[in-house]
Amino acid sequence: MTRAVDTPPALAVEDLRTAFFTDAGRLDVVDGVSLTLRRGEILGLVGESGSGKTMTGFSITGLIEPPGRIVGGSVKLAGEELVGADRARLRALRGRRIAMVFQDPMMTLNPVLRIETQMTDALLAHASMSRAAARAKVRDALAEVGIAAPDERLRAYPHELSGGMRQRVAIAIALLHEPDVVIADEPTTALDVTIQGQILALVQRLCRERGTGLVWITHDLAVVAGIADRIAVMYAGRIVEEGPVDDVLDRPAHPYTRGLIASVPVPGRRERLPQVPGRMPSLLELPPGCAFAPRCAQAAEACRARPDLLPVGPARAARCHFPLVETEAAR
Amino acid sequence: MVGFIARRLVQSLFVLFVMTLIVFFGVNVIGNPVYIFASSECNQACVNGIIADLGLDRPVWEQYFVFVGNALSGDLGNSFTFGVPAMSLIWERLPATLELAFAALVIALGLGLPLGILAGLRPDAISSRLIMGVSTLGFSVPVFWIGLILIMVFSVQLGWLPSIGRGDTVSILGLEASFLTLDGLSHLLMPAFTLSLFMLAMVIRLTRAGMREVLHADYVKFARANGISETRILSVHVMKNILIPIVTVLGMEFGGVIAFAVVTESIFSWPGVGKMLIDAIAVLDRPLIVAYLVFVVFMFVIINLLVDILYSVLDPRVRLGGGAR
Ligand SMILES: Nc1ncnc2c1ncn2[C@@H]1O[C@H](COP(=O)(O)OP(=O)(O)O)[C@@H](O)[C@H]1O
Ligand SMILES: [Mg+2]
Repeated sequence: MTRAVDTPPALAVEDLRTAFFTDAGRLDVVDGVSLTLRRGEILGLVGESGSGKTMTGFSITGLIEPPGRIVGGSVKLAGEELVGADRARLRALRGRRIAMVFQDPMMTLNPVLRIETQMTDALLAHASMSRAAARAKVRDALAEVGIAAPDERLRAYPHELSGGMRQRVAIAIALLHEPDVVIADEPTTALDVTIQGQILALVQRLCRERGTGLVWITHDLAVVAGIADRIAVMYAGRIVEEGPVDDVLDRPAHPYTRGLIASVPVPGRRERLPQVPGRMPSLLELPPGCAFAPRCAQAAEACRARPDLLPVGPARAARCHFPLVETEAAR
Repeated sequence: MVGFIARRLVQSLFVLFVMTLIVFFGVNVIGNPVYIFASSECNQACVNGIIADLGLDRPVWEQYFVFVGNALSGDLGNSFTFGVPAMSLIWERLPATLELAFAALVIALGLGLPLGILAGLRPDAISSRLIMGVSTLGFSVPVFWIGLILIMVFSVQLGWLPSIGRGDTVSILGLEASFLTLDGLSHLLMPAFTLSLFMLAMVIRLTRAGMREVLHADYVKFARANGISETRILSVHVMKNILIPIVTVLGMEFGGVIAFAVVTESIFSWPGVGKMLIDAIAVLDRPLIVAYLVFVVFMFVIINLLVDILYSVLDPRVRLGGGAR
């Protein structure tokens, strides 16, 4: 490590907790999540649907709405604390220093406003310039995300664009102010496979060029393998494994990660894929210990106690009493 | 767009035709107006004279064809009571009704939108529950009762507002208007508010429902994620979405408000077409009744057309005339 100790990471999340207070009871949708993202780094955040990936993204950007709220922890954006920051400050940071791309491009853009209005609104939220200058700038931003005939597209309404094109617009908006951190929440899940690849490459290139830290949320391990530097695996609101992407995918430490890897389809092989057996339990009836224990083949007595996220190798950690790779201690 | 409007107008002509048929024959069954006109000294010969004079001795279908023939040349017949063209009477009274209806619309939107937004922003607050409770009253309490209560409180008890007529008017562009004089405005206030109640309740409900839906939409969250100010999000991003159903429903309702201002105009003796209709029915003034109803249908057609056009302006996903752009 030669980095200066005093430069804070682009994003440092520490024991973040978000709960929804519903009639059925309290749901800890984000349950002590810690993440670190350096400038220019790409972190893949993976997990089954419902594991809390989106809520983690919303918590980081301060977009959790009642009946949910952040109940603890810290989110530092380039050293500045966001948890508990006032609304005006959060507004000033959102879109400028930290931005988000949502999952469904069909729902992300306002159906009754022209692309130009939506883009210039996002631009003028953090910059003061003439309408003409703003128009020229958003036009260039559209061209940069690979949209042909940007002038024409600016006049269009969202329904006149394809899903892939809408997602490009959303990406152009998110990158308008060259933020330090972009959280992309399954931005390709709703798109065709060919479009997926293009979008993936586009975001990767733009973030690398600008040194933007990227959190790429997905349930698709194959995507993470192609794009990320590091990976964090989420289960029931908790990070269960974290580490450099190649290490984790080659030698998973957590049984859940191994299950996920086994269920990735291999091109050319058409046999039935082994899914992780069972389903993620409702957040209302999580077991007191390891949340994965009921689905885990090697669960034992010890798993009734809640495991901590402990180091299992260089820059790696897993939340398991019986990690599949030897720990430092066991060595 | 032009094709759409043309198609609409042809459809309306058909509606108009069917309507005149129903109204014309319907009015013919309710009674013979001659006995209301004829004085007690008028003997049978005198009555027959009047009947022949008005053309009522001819068979009904023949009367109808004469009526349609005249109507096509823009003549809806003379009022039995006033002896002047029925349409001229309607045109004379219409500005008063239009003023009342537009004042009601302004009240409904001016009060309804902010109250609905308030109720939508904080659905659980006491104030929001109060707003919704009161709006339920707007739907369920009869208009005449509210009108009478208003008169009792503000005219009889407090003596603040006059309860009868239009008050002083000034002429703008050849039309008399009350709202530009203080006296006229004080006359306008109560009837306009009474007439607006139903629309007001509807605007509040639609606004609140729209807010509840749109505020949770992904595109609003995305706008927030981009740091766009809450004011701008509410007034443009949210409002434009909410206005679509409001304009549609209000537009549909507005024709009804004009047509059936009858009750309000009667309570407050507002000299509009609604009051004229009541008077015409009382004396079975057939041409005036028929002319009024033809006029109302025509107005509905025009208003619906305008609503459709406005709707397509507000909602870009709607294109009139099937994709011709
Ligand atoms: N508004 C809400 N009220 C209650 N629970 C919610 C709400 N939104 C999300 N959740 C719960 O939060 C958990 C995590 O959801 P989410 O972050 O969307 O999962 P993912 O993005 O990983 O698919 C789920 O169990 C979901 O049911
Ligand atoms: Mg999600």
